[in-house]
Amino acid sequence: MHLEIFAEGNSFLHKLDPRIKILVFLFFAVLCAISKGILIPFFYLLFSFLLILIANLNFKILLNRLTGANFFILFIWIFIPLRYKGNPYIDLGFLKVSYEGIKYALSITLKCNAIILATIALLSTSTIFSLAHAMLYLKVPSKLVTIFFLFYRYISVMHEEYIKIKRAVLARGFNPKTNLHTYKTYAYMVGALLIKSFERSEEIYKAMLARGFKGFFPLLEHFKLKKIDLAFGIIGSSIIILIYILGI
Amino acid sequence: MHISEGVLSPPVLLAGGILSFIGLVFGLKNLKTEKIPEIAVLSSTFFVASLIHIPIGPTSAHLVLNGIIGLLLGWSAFPAIFLGLLLQALLFQFGGFTTLGVNTFAMAFPPVVLGYIFKKFLHKNKYFLTFSVSFLAGFLSIIFSAILIGTALYFTEKSFLPVIIALLSAHFPIAIIEGFITGFVVAYLLKVKPEVVI
Repeated sequence: MHLEIFAEGNSFLHKLDPRIKILVFLFFAVLCAISKGILIPFFYLLFSFLLILIANLNFKILLNRLTGANFFILFIWIFIPLRYKGNPYIDLGFLKVSYEGIKYALSITLKCNAIILATIALLSTSTIFSLAHAMLYLKVPSKLVTIFFLFYRYISVMHEEYIKIKRAVLARGFNPKTNLHTYKTYAYMVGALLIKSFERSEEIYKAMLARGFKGFFPLLEHFKLKKIDLAFGIIGSSIIILIYILGI
Repeated sequence: MHISEGVLSPPVLLAGGILSFIGLVFGLKNLKTEKIPEIAVLSSTFFVASLIHIPIGPTSAHLVLNGIIGLLLGWSAFPAIFLGLLLQALLFQFGGFTTLGVNTFAMAFPPVVLGYIFKKFLHKNKYFLTFSVSFLAGFLSIIFSAILIGTALYFTEKSFLPVIIALLSAHFPIAIIEGFITGFVVAYLLKVKPEVVI
């Protein structure tokens, strides 16, 4: 499974300290999510778009991601402008579209896309493992980070197991349809996977004990805070605050 | 069933964050060190299973399986689901970070409670009882999760009501299928390897 597509790159953002990127991102996400109106979210969108340009990512995959993420937003566009109790109605005869409703839906769309672009530019440009390391530095409980490490590590392993089972089932003529037999077959596939992962986890635990596991992973990747990281942190968060103040 | 970024109001986001935080603290506190690999690798499997698409009539839906997660993991369902959603937000931009609290609580709380209630009825030699109880756990987990998501939307904006109704009705067939899958999976696990469930 090829999961960390955006982490491969050589831009300025790829090289930044992941701790700084996480902090700037959290700051951005919270202030953007609580901002109101259209103008402020629009500025946030511009800022995150700028970050995307700096990160220099594959545009086609990026567009694909945005389309998927906007699926829920589409629902809101279908329902809200027709229902919102705003005063100035745009009357299209049988349809009454509320101006307020459109404003509201637009605000949500801008905010959603701004945060998604920031996620891709700031977080997806690091590997999951260096993000997990950064989480330890940022005092996330080590138990949670240890689970996260192993969880991520074994996704590709369990996915291979799933592919094997699927191939076996297809070789025996399984043809998925809307019926109980199909659901039963899928259930037994999931059941077999769960048993495999249970047995696998026992082996993993023994192997970890043999290597001196005491309940946490020691930090291997040490980050060095450089001047450029600090500069990015300060400038980035200043812009984020400035945009927010603009709306008050 | 994930709410995207930017939709919910700040108080709702905060409430979801606090509730999920409490659940996470509970889940991690009750988790013994020797259980860490088991929880982690089972979570990997649930993540892989959520990529499986099951046909429903002309369309298909992906498996959620939070009912089974609740039955198998108990309170550890909170860290398992939290990390699953975190990874989905990181890798595929499904759901989001600011909505992580709301989404985690909506997906994890119903199965934890249902698992707690239903687990004592599971029995290796009583196939029908095991199947029906697990069916209910899977079915109700989806229904209650959808209701919680709907509640979060409703408290944000009352005019979301048609969106909520559409969401709930879309999840009804999914809940039935989840019920069947959960029933078959748990009955199978009890027959083949009961220690996974107990």
